[in-house]
Amino acid sequence: MDLTELYQSVILENNRRPRNFRKLPAANRVAVGNNPVCGDEITVYVQMDGDRIADIGFQGAGCAISQASASVMTQRLKGRTLAEAEALFGRFKEIVTQGTPDEADLDLSAFAGVHQFPARIKCATLGWHAAINALHGEAVTATTE
Amino acid sequence: MNPPAASAPDWAALRADFPILDQTVHGHPLVYLDNAATTQKPRSVIDALVRYYERDNANVHRAIHELSYRATTAYEAARARAARFVNAASPEEIIFTRGATEGINLVAYAFTSRLRPGDAILVTEMEHHSNLVPWQLLARRTGARLLFVPVTGDDGLLDLGDLDSLLARNVKLFAFPHVSNSLGTINPAAELCARARRQGVITLVDAAQSAGHLPMDVQALGCDFLAFSGHKMAGPTGIGVLYGRRALLEEMDPFQGGGEMIATVHYEESTWNKVPHKFEAGTPDIAGAVGLHAAMDYLDAIGRPAIAAHDGGLARDAYSRLAAVPGIRLFGPPGERGGLVSFGLAGAHAHDVVTFADQEGIALRGGHHCTQPLWRKLGITATTRASFYLYNTPAEVDRLVEVIRTAAEFFGGQGST
Repeated sequence: MDLTELYQSVILENNRRPRNFRKLPAANRVAVGNNPVCGDEITVYVQMDGDRIADIGFQGAGCAISQASASVMTQRLKGRTLAEAEALFGRFKEIVTQGTPDEADLDLSAFAGVHQFPARIKCATLGWHAAINALHGEAVTATTE
Repeated sequence: MNPPAASAPDWAALRADFPILDQTVHGHPLVYLDNAATTQKPRSVIDALVRYYERDNANVHRAIHELSYRATTAYEAARARAARFVNAASPEEIIFTRGATEGINLVAYAFTSRLRPGDAILVTEMEHHSNLVPWQLLARRTGARLLFVPVTGDDGLLDLGDLDSLLARNVKLFAFPHVSNSLGTINPAAELCARARRQGVITLVDAAQSAGHLPMDVQALGCDFLAFSGHKMAGPTGIGVLYGRRALLEEMDPFQGGGEMIATVHYEESTWNKVPHKFEAGTPDIAGAVGLHAAMDYLDAIGRPAIAAHDGGLARDAYSRLAAVPGIRLFGPPGERGGLVSFGLAGAHAHDVVTFADQEGIALRGGHHCTQPLWRKLGITATTRASFYLYNTPAEVDRLVEVIRTAAEFFGGQGST
């Protein structure tokens, strides 16, 4: 397959200039995700306002897929509740495992090519796992294993 | 198999001995450059495994019938061959294990009764996790502490300036890699063993990355233990060798208990079999030993000095040509090195580089290569590694350099969009 199917411009661009790549001083939820296979580690910071995500940021080092996915995720999760975040993660997982793009969600759909690279699905979901753990108030290390 | 050619092996022709190399991956001829993880197997090794299972398979040492006799003879012949392969004083100094990792764990376990609080175990900052974690566990069991020989920096050399004073700090055992799996550094093993011996320190050489590449002589090295894996030297997975100096093996406690390792067994206690059987509980990987025997024959028909010159030469060539790629950071010594090269690329994570190369049919490895503390020290989480063996060619180095250059542009370079 053509590598540009995996590395869509949305992914390359978010990898080069990740959004919300910062520690939140006012974060009240934090979780770390790590992938023991490659040593990638992402810390997700969430500032909850009631049951909504007022602000979200991340830091860490990893491959283009994991960095871009976390970057896109932070843009999509701001202002959402835990239930909405989990529903969105469910849709994202479907996209990266089934390769079925969601016409209504072009940014998440940019990751559809990942399904042809099974070894890389964990990269795409790393930041999401950490974010969901943070939202559950589990300030623990999420792992892809 | 091709006939041995002591002076100048026909490297291109040797490729035909490896059936797996004759295939395309993602539409491109396979370029297999992940040999430090595991090497491919020649037809002679595959045939030896098939022949063993089709004609000779039986359990060893415990029966009188013909097949058992054949299996036992083949297994013990492999032991004698391994002794010759590393120039051990006798076959009794060869213990078959699952691989280098199990060999190191065997020694670490057996040393539980020999260490006390205040004692130290010396390793290096470039250890593979398999030559670090077993010693951490031993330290935890005994109250001993770990000391480290520092690595100088990106050039990946051991800083040996303080070695003698380190060894003097109540060190009982010094374990180090012969060739670093993530830097390619060839450590001066004979010198390290000599300096340890002068202070009465026992040595263990992790030869996982050297046994199938460099000439190996445990008596010339002067080591007490040396561990390696069959699958990294053209042999099957699941079989490895631990060499141990006989006097030490005689003193040491057994590793695992079970059949074969005992002399007599009572309900309350048992006595141990002679070395090396004392350390080989249960039915061993007989077919693996037979396959490893064939692999050692294959390598020595080519000649290990020739193999070392060939794959070390490819690695040096790759190192100097990759140095011209914009944004690259190369690790390990620029000059003499083992058959691998490891690097980071600005703006491109190792896993992206490996995926990129894989689409061109080039098998690389990206990640921490099981040396996480080393990369933490050098300030990088993951590198891309290309590792060579006897069947790799200069044309494959061309393809490697080309794909890395393209990946650098694709992920971060000026020309990308």
